[in-house]
Amino acid sequence: MAFTLYSLLQAALLCVNAVAVLHEERFLNKIGWGTDQSIGGFGEEPGIKSQLVNLIRSVRMVMRLPLIVLNSITIVLLLLFG
Amino acid sequence: MMRVGGAIGAGNHIDRFIPVSKLKYYFAVDTIYVGKKLGLLIFPYMHQNWEVRYQQDSPVAPRVEVNAPDLYIPAMAFITYLLVAGFALGTQSRFSPEVLGMQASSALIWLIIEVLAILLSLYLVTVNTDLTTIDLIAFAGYKYVGMITGVVAGLIFGRTGYYIALGWCCISIVVFMIRTLRLKILSEAAAEGVLVRGTRNQLRMYLTMAIAAVQPIFMYWLTFHLVR
Repeated sequence: MAFTLYSLLQAALLCVNAVAVLHEERFLNKIGWGTDQSIGGFGEEPGIKSQLVNLIRSVRMVMRLPLIVLNSITIVLLLLFG
Repeated sequence: MMRVGGAIGAGNHIDRFIPVSKLKYYFAVDTIYVGKKLGLLIFPYMHQNWEVRYQQDSPVAPRVEVNAPDLYIPAMAFITYLLVAGFALGTQSRFSPEVLGMQASSALIWLIIEVLAILLSLYLVTVNTDLTTIDLIAFAGYKYVGMITGVVAGLIFGRTGYYIALGWCCISIVVFMIRTLRLKILSEAAAEGVLVRGTRNQLRMYLTMAIAAVQPIFMYWLTFHLVR
């Protein structure tokens, strides 16, 4: 398997892009993964689903700007070096 | 909003990422420790007490405690695995320097993927554990000892020897992982062996078993193409 570090970075970038593309209103709320629906009380056990929902929301919020930069760099590099 | 801030800001989640100042503790090993640990990795069945003696802020230096994870063995085992892989490929006339580089980056990347997957699942199950990222890298690196044994046995005894040695090492690593991780991931009562009901403990047990079960898969995946 010809793995290079660069392919790992590309795969990671694509995964983060995939998470960032999930739209709050149009999609996540429709399948019950919206954040306004699942913030329960301050109970002891968050549970996997609410952890996932929080994770998705945090990633979308935090990575929005860095993703723009990283995607642009990757596109330029791919255009230049194939 | 508060919830997200709390989850991200709480130290347990972020400062897990590579505390570099603690790195030197993981290399504080001596010959006796390395010998005992290698023995434990190949034959973990006689060892009774898997508990790491707790120390205040710093990680336990492996020199004083045989159950503590270290980075010396994984690092050395990784490099030895590359050398053995090169040697094995050479005996089949498939060797070239690029292949060695490919092997190195493949193995390294699988290690990174495994550690990231474990980190993600630990986050999702909200386990309050003192397992740092470096501990996870150490545990993920211990499988290289079994892989080296398997490939060397395959070189000396052929395919049968490879399967026997690899099978033995796989089972040993699974037992080693389960016994070590059980103390760190499960709650106190469950780790004692008392059956504690509840979905959380069940989830944690499944997680421990999943981490242990993934090791043989990687061990086979990274070595089967080396032995003919």
